[in-house]
Amino acid sequence: MIEFRKEYFADERDDNLNEIGKPTQRQDALGHVTGRSPYFDDHLFEGLLHIRCVRSPHDHARIRRIDTSAAERMPGVVRIVLGKDVPNNLNTLLSLLDFGIDDEPLISDKKVSYKGEPVAAVIAESERAARDAVAQVRVDWEVLPAVLDVEEAIKPGAPVVNDVYPGNRFVYHGKYDHQKLRFGDVEAAFRQADRIIEGRYQMSPIEQAPTETCGAIAAPETNDRYVVYTSTQALFFSLDTTSKLLRVPSNRLHLIGGTVGGGFGGKVDSLHEPMAVLGTMLTGRPCKYIFDRHEEMQVGAPRGAERWYLKDGVMNDGRIIARKFTGYFDSGAYTRLSSYAIIKAVGHLPGPYTIPNVYADVYCVFTNRTPATAMRGFGITGVDFAIECHMDKIAHELGMDPIELRILNAYRDGDMKAHRRLAKNTALIECCHVAAEKAGWPLSQAARQASSLRDGGGARAEIPHTVTDQHGRVEGYTAGSYAQKKRPSGPAGQARGPQSPASHPSRDSIAVPSSFDRAPQPMSRPAPSAPPASAAVAPPPPPAAQRPAEQHAPEQRRVTRFSSISGLRRR
Amino acid sequence: MALHRGRGFAAINYPIGMNLGGDPSQALVHSNPGGKFMVALSSIDLGQGMKSVTRQIAAETLGVPVEDVYVDTADSDTGPHCMGSFASRGTHRVGNAVIEAAREARAVMLEAAAEELEVDPGDLVTDGQGNIHVKGAPSRTITTAEACAAAQFRQGRTVSGRGIFLIPLSEVDPETGEQTPVSCFAHAAMIVEVEVDDETGEVAVLEMNSAYELGRALNPKLVEQQLVGGAWMGMSHAAWETTEPYYPDRDHGPIDFNSYLMPGPGDIAPHSIAVLERPAPDGPYGGKGPGEMCANPVLPAVANAVFNAVGVRIDELPITPEKVLRGIRANGGARPQGRP
Repeated sequence: MIEFRKEYFADERDDNLNEIGKPTQRQDALGHVTGRSPYFDDHLFEGLLHIRCVRSPHDHARIRRIDTSAAERMPGVVRIVLGKDVPNNLNTLLSLLDFGIDDEPLISDKKVSYKGEPVAAVIAESERAARDAVAQVRVDWEVLPAVLDVEEAIKPGAPVVNDVYPGNRFVYHGKYDHQKLRFGDVEAAFRQADRIIEGRYQMSPIEQAPTETCGAIAAPETNDRYVVYTSTQALFFSLDTTSKLLRVPSNRLHLIGGTVGGGFGGKVDSLHEPMAVLGTMLTGRPCKYIFDRHEEMQVGAPRGAERWYLKDGVMNDGRIIARKFTGYFDSGAYTRLSSYAIIKAVGHLPGPYTIPNVYADVYCVFTNRTPATAMRGFGITGVDFAIECHMDKIAHELGMDPIELRILNAYRDGDMKAHRRLAKNTALIECCHVAAEKAGWPLSQAARQASSLRDGGGARAEIPHTVTDQHGRVEGYTAGSYAQKKRPSGPAGQARGPQSPASHPSRDSIAVPSSFDRAPQPMSRPAPSAPPASAAVAPPPPPAAQRPAEQHAPEQRRVTRFSSISGLRRR
Repeated sequence: MALHRGRGFAAINYPIGMNLGGDPSQALVHSNPGGKFMVALSSIDLGQGMKSVTRQIAAETLGVPVEDVYVDTADSDTGPHCMGSFASRGTHRVGNAVIEAAREARAVMLEAAAEELEVDPGDLVTDGQGNIHVKGAPSRTITTAEACAAAQFRQGRTVSGRGIFLIPLSEVDPETGEQTPVSCFAHAAMIVEVEVDDETGEVAVLEMNSAYELGRALNPKLVEQQLVGGAWMGMSHAAWETTEPYYPDRDHGPIDFNSYLMPGPGDIAPHSIAVLERPAPDGPYGGKGPGEMCANPVLPAVANAVFNAVGVRIDELPITPEKVLRGIRANGGARPQGRP
């Protein structure tokens, strides 16, 4: 059952459009419901070869020796691929955005850091032959102690999971072992609060569970190019990652995808396209690399686990005056995308509420488990679980209605958010009203009369005096050009850690605009410490009008002018 | 032993698009001489309806019927660059790129029509039905097909357009976390009703009532499919799914759909949804992106409903019967909190 409540925000919309707002049937509906839409695995090639990986049975182990001689003699085996066969066998996904240090091989040759990590790939005439040969590859392992818990992993003396980050923590801005959020002074506010309410929350790892598992088919084209049919969610992520790992110019790769049997975030890691193309380069024949369901669930990257500690300073009337987070994202053995999700999470805190003092330390922790990656709501779902369970606890402890507690603390248009931008276009309160109405949940008149459009701004638009600190400082890293405050004075390019190999792959990379740097701003304003708590009723001080607004007019830039649009074709 | 009912609430907001900007998408639009348009993208349709929503956006902007437009996705030889389909960015980012491309193509189409009608292109309007006419003078008219044919066979113009949408990359302050995370936010509030069996610890979700604010609903049917399916996924996250049931211990990891628990058809709860539409100032026709946020309120709402039903706080997902039962036993029995 769905209803469209057009009476809300009606004056902000023109509802008289020709096509927008119409329930037009999907152009691909017929193909989907008749089972005729072509997916990547529906493309057939004569002489297709199949790739299966030899995977680590250990959470953490050094590779002493890999003996492929028995496997090579198996019927149907065409080629066995090892780490040394990968032209540039170290990558991190977001190096395309110059964020993070290359830390993950396509095929590992020195050590493995999670159960399921690939150490060899068998290319064979059939999937069956590939599976049989995988079972014949003998690896001499030196099993290492493993660490599986995020808080254990950051203790001194914990096994080093990822050699690029010996502290088992991603390094932010070349400077800290976590991402900070500092807004106001939570400790001072805790001292003024009527109550302190604390909680610990654990988000579980979750499989994206697409109907179609991740995979790709590569084939040689006659013009010295490779065509790749793929289930990727991000065509150019996959193209550029393949280009980098295999040192192939990007215009020799022709990726075709676009119709995918469910993604939910699990198809951005770009593991399959490079492997399939590598197989094709080494054999000259079409190669398919696809996860089976077991691999999809235990080797393919899941939504990572997150652990959150919350500590709130609360007044007896329900106002939350301080909120402190300590978060641990379990990134698994390598970075993939968790480092980035943490920045997204930090920009999201403290949830959709206006709280005058907010503090967060969020860590991207490496453990000996399957690397985590994106999934629906990445960076947000886990902390929203923590925040909203915590809100319920606060309401219970205060004996307050849980919806009224949300409405009292809800952010409104014009409020300053903890990441120092003004809130606009908010609608939390109206959602609370409508949900309560639908469920027959009674609200007080005051709660019903609240509005996202009113009573924001003023004192709530101020940036408080903010206490900062240097804890978690690391040495020996320089910042990359992405998501940083200062451009490094040294040579531009990849951020580099102490042990990072100095790889400058010759590839045509995505040009990352470098014009967004600006001089660091003062950490805090000399204004007197704002008293915590003045909810909606404080005398309105001058609004912080010079703060940049949440919504910027989109800056459109056209880098390349296409001289022709002919040559478009349909499949 | 008894069944206890409880209600739980949660409210959330959700940032649309890849955090920090710097995530461009591009689109190319052109017409054939018959006035039928093709939109070329390298974006991905995951099943969410990428092709459909961009098709409607293109048709609206061009001023032609939606049947005159098809969208081709994800060929790196023909589709211009796109970061990909994730982070609820498709509708917002790609939609804006399509608008820009369609505007450029529309301008050429109107110039061609103006030349044929011997009027100023600024005086022309489209009716969305395949006709172009002089504003205030509907009899001076030409079809979009005739205009496109004239452009390509008589006037030597390509009826085409290019579009890109890019929010420049925002930096992040290492000391304070100051940043410009995203350009717009969607919102939701949800009330979930559950029934908890205090003998087995099993939780049944009985009903969901929700309000989602997601900017303009560009296609109400696509919005509905996202919200209904997404909320079920949230339900599943809350009480069923995980790859590591005893995290951080790695044992008992599921390897197929027999051992990876998800709700079956009999577990699906009725869900009554209200959609609120506060247009995003920088969204395509005010659209935001409902793709991800629809699951998020369900997880805490179910946990809070379980507390309301039996007085047990489950702070570690998923909410398994084992955890509920252990919690009830630790409390010395179920402690219903009373219907809010």
